[in-house]
Amino acid sequence: MGARSPYLAPAISLGTIVGALAVMQGLIAAEIVSPYIVPLPTDILASFERVVVEEGIPGRFAVTVGETLAAGLLIMLVGIPIGLLLYRRARLRTAFEPWLAAIAAAPLVLAYPLFLVLFGRSSLTIIVIGFASGVAPVALKTIEGFASTRRVLIDVSRSFRLTPAQEFWQILLPAALPQIFVGLRLGLIFCLINVVGVEVLINLGGLGQLINDLAERYDLPGTYAAISFVVLVSILFFAILGRGEKWLQRRG
Amino acid sequence: MAAPRFPDYEPTVPVFLAQVTKRFGEGSDALTAVDSVSFTVAAGEFVSVVGPSGCGKSTLLHVIGGLTDATLGSVHVENETIDGPHPAVGIVFQEESTFPWRSVIDNVAFPLELRGVGRAERHAAASHYIDMVGLHGFEKRHPSELSGGMRQRVSIARTLAAKPRILLMDEPFAALDEQTRLLLGDKVLQIQQQLKQTTLLITHSITEAVQLSDRILIMSYRPGHLKRIVKVDLPRPRTSDIVSSREFGAYIADIWSDLREEASRGLSESERGSE
Repeated sequence: MGARSPYLAPAISLGTIVGALAVMQGLIAAEIVSPYIVPLPTDILASFERVVVEEGIPGRFAVTVGETLAAGLLIMLVGIPIGLLLYRRARLRTAFEPWLAAIAAAPLVLAYPLFLVLFGRSSLTIIVIGFASGVAPVALKTIEGFASTRRVLIDVSRSFRLTPAQEFWQILLPAALPQIFVGLRLGLIFCLINVVGVEVLINLGGLGQLINDLAERYDLPGTYAAISFVVLVSILFFAILGRGEKWLQRRG
Repeated sequence: MAAPRFPDYEPTVPVFLAQVTKRFGEGSDALTAVDSVSFTVAAGEFVSVVGPSGCGKSTLLHVIGGLTDATLGSVHVENETIDGPHPAVGIVFQEESTFPWRSVIDNVAFPLELRGVGRAERHAAASHYIDMVGLHGFEKRHPSELSGGMRQRVSIARTLAAKPRILLMDEPFAALDEQTRLLLGDKVLQIQQQLKQTTLLITHSITEAVQLSDRILIMSYRPGHLKRIVKVDLPRPRTSDIVSSREFGAYIADIWSDLREEASRGLSESERGSE
């Protein structure tokens, strides 16, 4: 059997999307699906340039990415130390790990009015909600990463008489890093979803606000073009994270 | 710190165990893994400990390596009573213990990095040990790209790079197939001949013990105590070719006659436990 082309899987993936769009085009053209609910894919495609030029997509993109990165940085700076603390302190872990699991599973975006009251209608609210939705999975995966360090690696560090600081930087952290990265990936996914979601809900900020604006103007092709743009940004964002994770896995 | 006097104590020996007992748990639930074990290992000597599964061989090595304390008795390394890992001791573990995030050369250079040796110097030293274990050409690879036997050789090279005067090996080839074990046994013999280290090997393989050792300590089933010491008078230098000799077979048969009884006891006790 000959070697499979590395382009086969992406070609199948792209072909499926194009096929689905073609079917949708047919269904809408035949008015089986109402064109007042879903515009023709060709109309969405045609409105891309208009949305980019007239609606200031680059600026809005920068706002959404900026909010996501700010929340992501906070997630990293707070989530990893929390995870490390709970790994080191068994009693605290027993007390708080269920809470973290509950927060990770909760739809925090529904509490956005509370955040609005606390932080006002500003980017700060969006960043805080993004942070709150992503910090728990990072902390949980950090605990898991440190706790699953193989016993033999600890024994190796002891046999080489490492100091506690050396053991942490040379053994524990590198061993836990792949799991921590999985947590960061999950946390950032939750963060981006919530950032865009809150931008829509409070009609403020970047790409989310644009979707809201276009929907209120009944500009359906523009709305779907903006949604497609968010999807494309997400794909790009997480493809980069996925690359980083695979790189770490190869080393783990 | 001077070691306490003991009837058989020899201050010149690198390793001396005085009535070492290790118990896990307390009261009626206590399990005695090792019971009053005393022996010495002379400088440059290769000693193996064989015994059935569950006889406390690995526990004994962990006690000598300072990774766990003895409940009773004491361990003396180079005339010091140990209360933790001793700087003269290097340990090769049974489980795969390479650092997956480091390349082969950085794994082997690890103990030198800890001592603050510069990159060029430590890589030169690490290359020497990598060559010694027969992994030349694999320096830039990561452990995930190597076979189990190669990874175990990386672990051996890493331990050797720390220049331990006493080498403890805990069934390092247990997870490998018989052919690889014999060939790695040759490699260990070559290294030991070159470095003249005092070596204590824990193994359940009688073949491996006879192939490599000057003396073999036979342990009983739980609680593990020393049952007999066999001196191996096979000529050195040895290679794995020796396994086909008549004398080698005689040692195997002799040791197996002792171990069979212990292994049977272990098997019947574990069968009773599972009923």
